Amino acid sequence: MALAGEVLQGGFLALGKAISLVENGLPEGRRVLDAVAHRVGGALRIGITGPPGVGKSTAVDEISAVYRARGEKLAVIAVDPTSPFTGGALLGDRVRMVKTSESDQVFVRSMASRGVAGGLARAAQDAADLLDAAGRSVILFETVGVGQSEIEVSAATDCVIVMLSPESGDGVQAMKSGLLEIADLIVINKADRGGAERLEHDLRTAFELGLRSRRDVPILLAEAARGKGIPEIAAAADAFVAAGRASGRFQERRRRNLEARIRRIAEHLVQQDLWGSNGAEGRLRAAAERVLAREQSPYQGAEQVLKESGR
Amino acid sequence: MSEAPNGRSRFPLTAVPGDKVVWTAEDLRDRDPARELGEAGEYPFTRGPYPTMYRGKVWTMRMFSGFGTARDTNERFKYLLEHGQTGLSVAFDMPTLMGYDSDHARSKGEVGREGVAVCTLEDMETLFRDIPLAEVSTSMTINSTAAILLAFYLAAAERQGVPAEKLRGTIQNDILKEYIAQKEWIFPPLPSMRIITDMMAFCADRVPKWNTVSVSGYHIREAGSTAVQELAYTLMDGFTYVEFGIQAGLPVDRFAPRLSFFFNSHMNFFEEIAKFRAARRIWARRMKERYGAKNPESWRLRFHTQTAGCSLTAQQPENNIVRTAVEALAAVLGGTQSLHTNSMDEALALPTEHAVKVALRTQQILAHETGLTEAVDPLGGSYFIEDLTDRMEAEAEKIFAEIESRGGMIPAVEQGYPQLEIAKASYRFQKDVEEEKYLVVGVNAHREDGERPIPTLRIDPRVERDQVEGVRRFKAARDGTAAARASEAVRAAARDDSNLMPRILAAVKAGVTMGEIVDVLKAEFGEWREPPVYW
Amino acid sequence: MTPTASRKFRVIVAKPGLDGHDRGAKVVAAALRDAGFEVIYTGLHQTCETIVNAALQEDADAICVSILSGAHMTVFPEILELMGKQGMKDVLLCGGGIIPQEDAEELGRRGVGRIFGPGTDTREIVRYLEDEIPRRRPGVA
Repeated sequence: MALAGEVLQGGFLALGKAISLVENGLPEGRRVLDAVAHRVGGALRIGITGPPGVGKSTAVDEISAVYRARGEKLAVIAVDPTSPFTGGALLGDRVRMVKTSESDQVFVRSMASRGVAGGLARAAQDAADLLDAAGRSVILFETVGVGQSEIEVSAATDCVIVMLSPESGDGVQAMKSGLLEIADLIVINKADRGGAERLEHDLRTAFELGLRSRRDVPILLAEAARGKGIPEIAAAADAFVAAGRASGRFQERRRRNLEARIRRIAEHLVQQDLWGSNGAEGRLRAAAERVLAREQSPYQGAEQVLKESGR
Repeated sequence: MSEAPNGRSRFPLTAVPGDKVVWTAEDLRDRDPARELGEAGEYPFTRGPYPTMYRGKVWTMRMFSGFGTARDTNERFKYLLEHGQTGLSVAFDMPTLMGYDSDHARSKGEVGREGVAVCTLEDMETLFRDIPLAEVSTSMTINSTAAILLAFYLAAAERQGVPAEKLRGTIQNDILKEYIAQKEWIFPPLPSMRIITDMMAFCADRVPKWNTVSVSGYHIREAGSTAVQELAYTLMDGFTYVEFGIQAGLPVDRFAPRLSFFFNSHMNFFEEIAKFRAARRIWARRMKERYGAKNPESWRLRFHTQTAGCSLTAQQPENNIVRTAVEALAAVLGGTQSLHTNSMDEALALPTEHAVKVALRTQQILAHETGLTEAVDPLGGSYFIEDLTDRMEAEAEKIFAEIESRGGMIPAVEQGYPQLEIAKASYRFQKDVEEEKYLVVGVNAHREDGERPIPTLRIDPRVERDQVEGVRRFKAARDGTAAARASEAVRAAARDDSNLMPRILAAVKAGVTMGEIVDVLKAEFGEWREPPVYW
Repeated sequence: MTPTASRKFRVIVAKPGLDGHDRGAKVVAAALRDAGFEVIYTGLHQTCETIVNAALQEDADAICVSILSGAHMTVFPEILELMGKQGMKDVLLCGGGIIPQEDAEELGRRGVGRIFGPGTDTREIVRYLEDEIPRRRPGVA
């Protein structure tokens, strides 16, 4: 398969097109993923999430420079929300990552969430697989995180960095919204603004009182716009990954994440199969009519549909 | 569609309820005319900065121009002066505005296109060859590289034998509106403000007749702001310069008299007049009451106006002559001190000689044939105008409060606040036009198909070639050692907080180019990156 | 043909060179977003390389360039050349700003799509892209 071959060689043109195929859910995209599967797994996947306006893109820009300096082949997947009203999106992360987008060595892809409730587009994981197979060694995901949807980021990555800033009550919001539960690293950005230490204190208190499991999560201070604290973030991510590899937790997490992903894909395939087959709409309508006519309960109706579909 | 729809476009007036149609004495009932209005030439200057206004001196007809090489623009200057223009105004090309010499890689394709290329002292001398700088006043529209261009001008004047004390003119030098609207920046805000306060201090001593900042709203409006945003952001920028000047240790009355303003004149006729009057009153009050200025010169807001480029249409360009005339009329009724009128073809290109002459004649007709100059503030006392003026002021105060709650104009800019407001306003305007809530003749009303394009100005590619060659020759011919030494002196001044102007002046005389000085300063000050704003 | 739920049009809105006039580019970006496009706005002062690079990585269907500085006869051809080198044969290059009609026609002869002047209704731009993109990239939908 020609495109798969080009992807494996790392060509940006092929990668760009292949990512579009998986984003649009086309069968050819699936075939590419199948064809490159034997080369997927070598890339470290790091997620960076947090409320809007904390400086994630600037931090990603700086962190990617650190990785690049040590010879890593970088990719960035930046996810922005699709407008629920228009279906369109203004993908604004690329423009914020100035150093990264000026380098022609980093592959940056902006993705719109396209109606997926959470912060991470379904296709982002598929895109990451392609980039992984193409030889990228570090893949950074950047998403807006305000709540439970961020479980997704955790399920797609080896390490999640949650970024907060001292302004606008991020800390309280984060604590309320469950964002902290998925953090492997917490970064308080814009640490030069008043309130950074208070926020750190509040977080540690919250961990002591409630989120005991998070007690050992490192909290770092940074000023991404000035490049301060950035090497420390990369080092902390490295340490987290190294500890995970040594203890086996790294592999365990990947296995768990893949189980969740495969489960979702399988359920999607079953759904597709069930409702995509010939006569599915008709069977469903007939079942509804039977229930309306008081011949069956909805449960009996569903079972009948399944039986008629050959399950 | 070739016919206007039956409904008229609603013409929203700032803060006026949509159903209000008539103004009467009732609308001015609670006002104190002595406090709000005063007399022209007296605090709070609502009616005008000078007692006799145009009876004493007609506004300066100052047509912004510049393109190609210094020689090309020198010829255009002479043409305009011959035809009755009374002051010069220089437009510079994009590389000069952004700090790149004509031979820099980033200047490729851009040299001499939006204005004149000036990278060396020689260019400046050519620009003003045979133009007596002791007799004309010159306005230079330059911001991030203003210090350097001013130095070029001073040095060129010196070579003409004209001492700096005699020079009259204005340098735009308003970096804040660059971050907000025009976007021709180089350095971040704080170092830029330092350059500006250095210039204010230098000129207060050595170039006393020079206006050191032309606080501008024109570009803010062109970027799509509303009239009241233009008013409020401009004045807020002005207050910020005052605060920085005071912080830099300059007594307010020493530099404030040399701050001037530059507004847009757009199509919403009466609102524009009210805007100009409100500007004077707001400025006077704050300068006196908040900044403690004692010199009436510090309270007196003087401004230049340019008719709105963004109101011109590419369709049926002759209509633009009318638009410009109406906007010029509003500026005069609003009490402008100098005026640039756009040419009919400026939605398409820089103006041809013919088009710019018509624009100049527009001003001359207004000045000589209409009797506009005979009475001071002729609309003063009108229920409508006074009420609109008051409302404009009140709305501007709300925006001041918002900006102040964010920590002032510079924090607001860093947060992207005015930039975002302007982007929203311009999008709303576009929607209003597309939904035919706002009618523009030739665009969404009274359209004509199959229009033939009118001849427009073309910049000859030889301009770039000639200019690049000229810069290279200049660099080859100069004393490289002296230039390098002078550059280092600029770097040292940037580091040690001494006034940059004397060193920059020495550098330009030693043959250092504009781009070279910018590179030295960039290394010390860094570069600005704008916060991306989306909605 | 409007994009279906799964197939979105992806467009780069670009500001090349030193030109700082971004009012139009931002208005067009917002209008395209409101019409269901995925829009990547490059920001100001971009080089032709970074613009084409972005289009390559983002697999953009179109690059819409905004130029008001008069440098269009340098910029458009340079972008076309870079696109050619990268093999981006089916990507649409179009734009707007202050570009005289004769220049727009010459650029058209060299392979640039439509140039939209002042006073253009953004809906016209949307319609143009919705028609032109599937014509050039039929396989993708």
